[in-house]
Amino acid sequence: MDQRVASLHESLTGRSQLRVPGWLPGGLSLLVISLILFASLSALFFNAQLASLTTTLFDPYLLRVLRFTLWQASLSTLLSVLLAIPVARALARRTTFRGRSVLLLLLGLPVATPVIVVIFGIVEIYGNNGTLNHLIRLFGFSFQVNLYGLTGILIAHLFFNMPLAVRMLLPAWNQIPDESWRLASQLGMKSGSLFKLIEWPVLRRVLPGSAGIIFLLCFASFAIVLVLGGGPRATTIEVAIYQALRFDFEPSKAALLALIQLVICTLTVALLHHWLRTLPLSSGLATTSQNRPDLNQPGSRLIDFGIILVATTFVALPLLALVRAGLTGPVLSVISDQSLWSAALNSLMIAIAAAGIAFSLGMALLTTSRYLRFHRKQPNRSELLELSGSLTLVVPPMVIATGLFSLLLPFGFVFDWGLVLVAMINGLMVLPYVIRLVGPALLANGEHYHHLCSELGIRGWHQFKLIDWPIIRHPAAFSMGLCATLSFGDLGVVALFGTHDAMTLPLLLYHRIGAYQFEAASVTALILALLCLVVFGVIDLLIGGRRALH
Amino acid sequence: MPFIELEALCYQREDWQLKAAFNLERGECLAVIGPSGAGKSTLLSLIAGFERLISGSIRINGRDYTTAEPADRPVTSLFQEHNLFAHLSVKKNVGLGRDPGLRLNQKDHLAIDQALEAVGLSGYHHRLPESLSGGERQRVALARCLCREHPLMLLDEPFAALDPALRSEMRGLIHQLIKSHDLTVIMVSHHPDEAAEIASSGIFLHQGELKAKGLMSDLLNNPQLPLLRAYLGVS
Repeated sequence: MDQRVASLHESLTGRSQLRVPGWLPGGLSLLVISLILFASLSALFFNAQLASLTTTLFDPYLLRVLRFTLWQASLSTLLSVLLAIPVARALARRTTFRGRSVLLLLLGLPVATPVIVVIFGIVEIYGNNGTLNHLIRLFGFSFQVNLYGLTGILIAHLFFNMPLAVRMLLPAWNQIPDESWRLASQLGMKSGSLFKLIEWPVLRRVLPGSAGIIFLLCFASFAIVLVLGGGPRATTIEVAIYQALRFDFEPSKAALLALIQLVICTLTVALLHHWLRTLPLSSGLATTSQNRPDLNQPGSRLIDFGIILVATTFVALPLLALVRAGLTGPVLSVISDQSLWSAALNSLMIAIAAAGIAFSLGMALLTTSRYLRFHRKQPNRSELLELSGSLTLVVPPMVIATGLFSLLLPFGFVFDWGLVLVAMINGLMVLPYVIRLVGPALLANGEHYHHLCSELGIRGWHQFKLIDWPIIRHPAAFSMGLCATLSFGDLGVVALFGTHDAMTLPLLLYHRIGAYQFEAASVTALILALLCLVVFGVIDLLIGGRRALH
Repeated sequence: MPFIELEALCYQREDWQLKAAFNLERGECLAVIGPSGAGKSTLLSLIAGFERLISGSIRINGRDYTTAEPADRPVTSLFQEHNLFAHLSVKKNVGLGRDPGLRLNQKDHLAIDQALEAVGLSGYHHRLPESLSGGERQRVALARCLCREHPLMLLDEPFAALDPALRSEMRGLIHQLIKSHDLTVIMVSHHPDEAAEIASSGIFLHQGELKAKGLMSDLLNNPQLPLLRAYLGVS
């Protein structure tokens, strides 16, 4: 009787709450991800006509594409990491100079800048009519830098991945205890032996993981190779997939290429998963090398600031060139063009949808991962579930897109639903950012409060609203802003699904570059870059609220 | 019928085991003593429902709670740390004891005010935990425990991090609240002497087994068991 009265009381006062089992959100999320991957991969296997695998595998065109893809990715990785080491070291040695935080912010900029925009900036500097060739001619030399081909691909990859490598390597210096520096000064170590004996051992731990990530990014690089590759000589697998689907209309060839891409990415991740998992998260803002003895060694200051200056110039130049070209271009005629704004609107909708998809999937995965860790005491399953959100590292978006493309082609609505598919795949593409940015805060919350919450019966929506959201609000806003920005400026899968009726801003820019409308393109590029900043800022502010800059 | 009946509790974590069985009368205050690793906190976690039993049963006030969710047990806990949500005000932290979604009615507001008054923190409603001292934070948590109006309170060394004078003050407060709110208390303590000030009875755990149960005065002043003598440092 008591119980019936109690439950009646609960339903009258609205205090009863639907109990959602803890495994459900993450389970659903995992189901969605697996369904998409399964649908896509099975379509690939079905289409690839594996029976003729051996003959196509030794096709000279395919072999050349594969060889070039591996070659440019390896070279890009090697150069990015090798050049990042001195830059990171200079930044680790000089921890207090003015503008250091602005500089680190600048090094973080390439990650969020649309690839196609950067390409435009790079063409402005290093292109045949770019600043560099002008200077060369001005000094009376007769040779000229030819951007298109491997050179252009390497420059663009360096632009994106050298700063990324710096940011991944920099936290390594934080792992060096202060005592090591004090000891080294007592022993009178010089800069060279400091590097060999103290810095290299900690660097060696993060190098494989950083190099692995950069290799994966360069291996699956699409827009850069598409624009700067300049022809069949310099084609990567992703571009070959695009050409097979959009120009040669050979879904089976595309499927085979996608499978090869998948196998190599999987192998790389399998080989490096130990290092990829332990890669530090820090933004590299704090370093503790105040006591290192080589700070005042003769010339060291000059070398450090020289290196920092060169690296900064390398990153800043294309961005500055972009601004200059955009401002001197036909601004009025471009912004009064209706097609620009309808493309921008499409991009915006894709961006918001992708950020929403990524955040929902990510939160569901993380909530269940936390439930498994703290309530069910299954840390291994918890970690596996979290890793499932980063599957797109193994299965590149272009591979998923190829599968879905060949799956939906027979039904004839690939292009009608193109932008929806783009939003969905982009959502999966940016999901790892949500997991990595929001995950730590949510897990820490679980660690502190899981007993308290379960005793007080705070669960489900209440737990999200009262306990989790206030804590994760800022990283969540940041991650959603980043997701939307990345998706807004992405020229990847949209190249497969986009049409003239379903145009996005990056695609429009690509078409204008392809049609040699460089003046209109320069304005479009600047607008795209500015809109990216606006999208990021507005989302970060709307969701994260007013606060000091982080 | 005893108020709390713990029957043949058995819990296993990897190769470590906890076994215990005892009863408690309403209004009793029981101290759990023993070396670290003896299973004192685990015992409280089992009663609160944070950990699952392999076998045995937990009955409180005649009802079986062996498999009940923590929130459904007539139990309220005070932990050593993280008793308060750092981003919520004192009032909200206490209010969560009335309703997990903070949907508070007139009666709830009154209960919150009374509880804060009982722990000597009237007027602290809108402060954030970061602006409180360690002792004040535990008082807020104590106010929430009172608000929940559950008869059984579990104290897992909530005052261990406080200075000796504050610890003694908090013991006084607990003692007074036990009387005024008719609470039954199980408290883990690393300081048997201090525990004896408010706990009349005690149990001694060693390596996951209940080795002795009795009046605190007997356990402390006249320990028979060699293990207990060793723990207390009595030759």
